[in-house]
Amino acid sequence: MSAAQAFFYLFSTVMIGSAFMVISARNPVHSVLFLILAFVNAAGLFLILGAEFLAMLLVIVYVGAVAVLFLFVVMMLDVDFAELKQGFLQYLPIGSLIGIVVLIELVLVLSSWSAAPAAMGAIGAPAPSDVSNTLAIGRVLYTKYVYFFQAAGLVLLTAMIGAIVLTLRHKPDVKRQVIADQNARDKSDVKLQKVPSRAGV
Amino acid sequence: MDIGLNQYLIVAAMLFTLGVLGIILNRKNIIVILMSIELILLSVNINLVAFSAYLGDLTGQVFSLLILTVAAAEAAIGLAVLVTYFRNRGSIAVEDINVMKG
Repeated sequence: MSAAQAFFYLFSTVMIGSAFMVISARNPVHSVLFLILAFVNAAGLFLILGAEFLAMLLVIVYVGAVAVLFLFVVMMLDVDFAELKQGFLQYLPIGSLIGIVVLIELVLVLSSWSAAPAAMGAIGAPAPSDVSNTLAIGRVLYTKYVYFFQAAGLVLLTAMIGAIVLTLRHKPDVKRQVIADQNARDKSDVKLQKVPSRAGV
Repeated sequence: MDIGLNQYLIVAAMLFTLGVLGIILNRKNIIVILMSIELILLSVNINLVAFSAYLGDLTGQVFSLLILTVAAAEAAIGLAVLVTYFRNRGSIAVEDINVMKG
């Protein structure tokens, strides 16, 4: 067994195990921490596949931003999570039945698929072998797929505006800067006062 | 590469199944449901990157980038809705969410 194979089995085993812990942990904080572990191991799988840029992006975006956001919300909301855990055993039979059926179907499909002969001719952006993965992605992302890039930016802008609009709260008794009032102020309203040194106002 | 494409696909299928199972089992806990959706999106990402690597086509990785963006946006919006809902109701029970309908 080569090193790549050994690391593949290590990463995938830990990833599946931590994904199982995400859905079965009693404490949601533990769930979030196992989610982080699953993402780090998925980044390891991406590294084995040669997609270094996406692996690092997964660590930065998921572990650095999304998982910390989850952790922040879980700790901010003061919820009795033991109460929410009820019904877990009630749904266990039907849930495991559906899970097993989905898994069997997926494995059946995966063990019998074959690529169409014309598929190899339809490669949109062949990966060059002489440059790094990041450079290769940059070359196609900003040229051929520039509209995808713009669409991703729009999605993020929408998410940002939506999150701000949803959570922004105006308190009535807080003094705020009113720029219109400041600009409309007359010079005669301003009174300059000479304060003697070391005397205070 | 000495690891077959099917091995990656089966790992991704197991992850996908666990995500679906998480949605079914944790019907009351919306935070775990959101995390299960993240797991499902991650399994799709693994599929795309595996096919991209084995076909020698960078398009899969560009698509994966887009899915990453959508997943981050979805988490941000979902958690913002959750925080607003918790402020108004004092709980995050999924059964009560139908009071939001107009």
